[in-house]
Amino acid sequence: MVLLDVKNVSKRYKDTKALSNVNFSVKEGEFISIIGPSGAGKSTLLRCINRMIDANDGEIIFDGIDVLKLNKRDLRRLRTKIGMIFQHYNLVYRLSVIENVLHGRLGYKSKIDGIIGRYSEEEKEQALKILEDLGLGQQIYKRCDELSGGQKQRVGIARSLIQNPKMILCDEPIASLDPSSSKVIMDQLKDISVEKGITCLVNLHQVEVAIKYSDRIIGVNSGQVVFDGPSRELSSDTIYAIYGTEAGNLIVD
Amino acid sequence: MQINPFVKKRRQFIGLTIILTIFTFASIIITEYDVVKGFTSAPRAINWMIANLYPKEEALKNLPRILDKLGETVIISIGSTTVASIFALMFAILGSKTTKVNNVLSLFSRLTASIFRNIPIVAWAMVLLFSFGQSSFTGYLALFFVTFGFLTRAFMETIDEASFSCVEALRATGANYIHIIFQAVLPSSIPQIISWMLFMIETNIRSSTLIGILTGTGIGFSFNLYYKSMNYNAASLVVISIVCTVLLIELLSNYIRRVIL
Ligand SMILES: Nc1ncnc2c1ncn2[C@@H]1O[C@H](COP(=O)(O)OP(=O)(O)OP(=O)(O)O)[C@@H](O)[C@H]1O
Ligand SMILES: [Mg+2]
Repeated sequence: MVLLDVKNVSKRYKDTKALSNVNFSVKEGEFISIIGPSGAGKSTLLRCINRMIDANDGEIIFDGIDVLKLNKRDLRRLRTKIGMIFQHYNLVYRLSVIENVLHGRLGYKSKIDGIIGRYSEEEKEQALKILEDLGLGQQIYKRCDELSGGQKQRVGIARSLIQNPKMILCDEPIASLDPSSSKVIMDQLKDISVEKGITCLVNLHQVEVAIKYSDRIIGVNSGQVVFDGPSRELSSDTIYAIYGTEAGNLIVD
Repeated sequence: MQINPFVKKRRQFIGLTIILTIFTFASIIITEYDVVKGFTSAPRAINWMIANLYPKEEALKNLPRILDKLGETVIISIGSTTVASIFALMFAILGSKTTKVNNVLSLFSRLTASIFRNIPIVAWAMVLLFSFGQSSFTGYLALFFVTFGFLTRAFMETIDEASFSCVEALRATGANYIHIIFQAVLPSSIPQIISWMLFMIETNIRSSTLIGILTGTGIGFSFNLYYKSMNYNAASLVVISIVCTVLLIELLSNYIRRVIL
């Protein structure tokens, strides 16, 4: 079943075309990597899907909803169904791990409950369960600025999981991490997608990681989709088409 | 092509140096300031201060009255800072790039803060004197206005710096605007905000001396009174007690900063 349909989406900044006529669709439960050189428009594409950036043209259908036509309130409701993970984790570092995780529930809260941060027992239990599953059981009450990069990113994952999302958007989740933490994070994202059936759309810089983890790869260059297919079909020619020059250095086998 | 920015920077630097030199010389000529005399008269001023500006024993009997006025001054600066910071926080949230509601309100609050900030405190005091006369309230308002203007700007920068990324994350979860303010913006910027408030309290104690001279209130009034009646010993006691208070407040706020940051 199609979860996300991106049709002819374009985004212009003053003199740059960040996205031009992007088309692709995503089936439920798919694990997709978006690769492309710096400035290709990967972040812009991801942010257009949950309207952190407003696209200029085109149509985005998520779960049967026309995203670009939503008013503010409905947009917030839509966003509760889409988790987001960032390169720099984007946590409130002065708050504890558990508080940051529970922030993922704010979209479901009434005004006053959200302001004072009142969460139900079920929500707290769910947060603890998620944190334990991600191996953060010992860090629950630590302040987030005391965590390592890999741990911070796991808090980010926990925050998006507690939203009970249908899809998670990840903007270079491992770009600031060392290889071993990167592996932990990618393994966990893969688990989430396999076990919970949550669709993952991941921006990546490393081609080999994209090939290893994803069902499908979308290659972007200068705002256009230049490749869209199963990871095994990604040949050195297509890598060359995606990255232009220096592609030789990127090929693994 | 690549060297361009460096060349540009060097040119800007040279240009700036030339302009500053011209300004310096022009202002020396216009104000007929004698550089040599400026330096040679410094020792004389210091000598005068050593000879006259020290508290004698008899000046000490003024101490209770001075401390009373000092207390008033401290309360006025703390009061004006805390109340101003509440308003400043609201304006900063509306004005900040990260948390603005819309561009019109943002521009409005930036402009308001800028006007309040850029009118010098002395000018505020003079203007307010006409409306409220010589009273502590006039001094309070003058401090309040300038503090409000300054803190709005400082808070705006704090918010943009400390909370841009977590605001983005919470927006993406579907959280409401007011949730984002209370759960992300305030928790991440509160330490900086308190730090700025402490800084402003220190500054205000110093400025309220000047304001006091104009508005006839607080410690500035005492200083003015003793100074004009040529009771330099008592005046020096005022200065010393101001310095001590400011140092004390500084120590205190450094301690608070260490704890909260
Ligand atoms: N706010 C903005 N204003 C103007 N131009 C922008 C803005 N954001 C992005 N761009 C431009 O849009 C293009 C796409 O940027 P984007 O951040 O989506 O690239 P990216 O593929 O994520 O790159 P990277 O791999 O470096 O993160 C770039 O040319 C960039 O300069
Ligand atoms: Mg990017």
